[in-house]
Amino acid sequence: MESTGVAPQLTTEEAIANLTHSDLSLRYYAAWWLGHYQVKQPEALSGLIAALEDEEDRTELGGYPMRRNAARALGKVGNEAAIAPLIKCLECSDYYVREAAAQSLGNLQATVAIPALMKLLAGGMAKAVEVPDTPHLTQPYEAVIEALGALKATTAISLIEPFLNHAVQRLQYATTRAMYQLTENQMYAEKLVQELQSGNVQLRRMALNDLGQIGYLPGAKAMALASVENSFKLIALKSLLEYNIKKPIETVSKDAMELLHLMDNLL
Amino acid sequence: MDIAQKLIDAVVKADSPQKLIEAVKALAQAQLATGISTLITVLGYNNPGAALLAADGLIAMGDQVVTPLLTQIDGYNYGARAYAIRTLAAIAHPVALEKLLKAAVFDFAPSVRRAAAKGLGNLRWQELPPEQISAAQEKAINTLLQICQDEDWSIRYAAIVGLDLLTKKGDFPQIMSRLKEMAENETDVAVIARIKLAISIS
Repeated sequence: MESTGVAPQLTTEEAIANLTHSDLSLRYYAAWWLGHYQVKQPEALSGLIAALEDEEDRTELGGYPMRRNAARALGKVGNEAAIAPLIKCLECSDYYVREAAAQSLGNLQATVAIPALMKLLAGGMAKAVEVPDTPHLTQPYEAVIEALGALKATTAISLIEPFLNHAVQRLQYATTRAMYQLTENQMYAEKLVQELQSGNVQLRRMALNDLGQIGYLPGAKAMALASVENSFKLIALKSLLEYNIKKPIETVSKDAMELLHLMDNLL
Repeated sequence: MDIAQKLIDAVVKADSPQKLIEAVKALAQAQLATGISTLITVLGYNNPGAALLAADGLIAMGDQVVTPLLTQIDGYNYGARAYAIRTLAAIAHPVALEKLLKAAVFDFAPSVRRAAAKGLGNLRWQELPPEQISAAQEKAINTLLQICQDEDWSIRYAAIVGLDLLTKKGDFPQIMSRLKEMAENETDVAVIARIKLAISIS
């Protein structure tokens, strides 16, 4: 959570132009930059969408780094126009492109992508195994299930539910979180609250983040007390606040006041 | 061997995270002046549980830990600096003013800057010689108003918490008018909410 790097100075125009620069590393950086600084100009958008079909930036194993970054950036700055091209990316041979596309479709509230996302879960748990010599499973299940949860894809419930028992714990959390979003059954959110006591700090951080993202207000105190670095807790409580606060903000409700108080204590 | 040395040795020689936690807890509870330096060292052990216990122990010992902290924290990792600055902020002795001013603006770690910003709002000004109080407060206010324009929301948030704390301890009309201005221009939801809270109860 500590960002210390100093980014090379770019103007918006330079970043857009760099999307097709002959230096591949400048292209890659430009795609990140446009997403990070939320540049929503039409030229940026069309440049990023075009980059989803980039053929030049390849890894030794055949991956598409530029496509990955463009797909991630579009999750931050994309609009309607980005949705169909991102759905197409769900079929890309590069796992990380599929993962980025799934995340971005969730961020963009692209409910039209629900059938295509569900297709990646086809075969259920039996297909959800590690790909030899890689650190990942056959599909980006975690990202797909998170997206389906964020999209309120209740049609996907029976497809998602079995993953509650998957051996990969991150995937269990993502599924638990999605099941809460899809069913609004508090049992699932409370399961994540319990996981704040996990013996593994990575898992505690993950449960914390999930609770923030699903806006589970009854978990606020347990989140503030979790044995996790303050920076992570601050961000998770901020998510909780953003989820629950009424906009525009005129007065501060009692719930919001309690959250702010918890945040103050984490500074 | 005396008790203090035994408690210190238990911390230094702990060979598992669990033993470390137990040993730090015991040393912190003993509240021994000879244990201060060891507790400060624990802030840099990269064990959040132990660091938190050490920080709480140091805070409970109050003013006597301020000078050792000020001399011992430089060059530590940012996690340790954040705990150290939080400890100084909680003890709130104004001799830490310069350290907090510097950390709030220049430290590269956001967690350290946030802790310093909050600390600047909470110092026990009355412990300064009376003729120095208003100049010291002005420094704190100017620094906080400066970092209210930081691009990191969490720094702005912490600066507002610092300013809010200041307005609870004194009459600073310039803070209130700036907060009202900021409420108009801020875009981050959490920061807006914190400004509204500061304006509403003051």
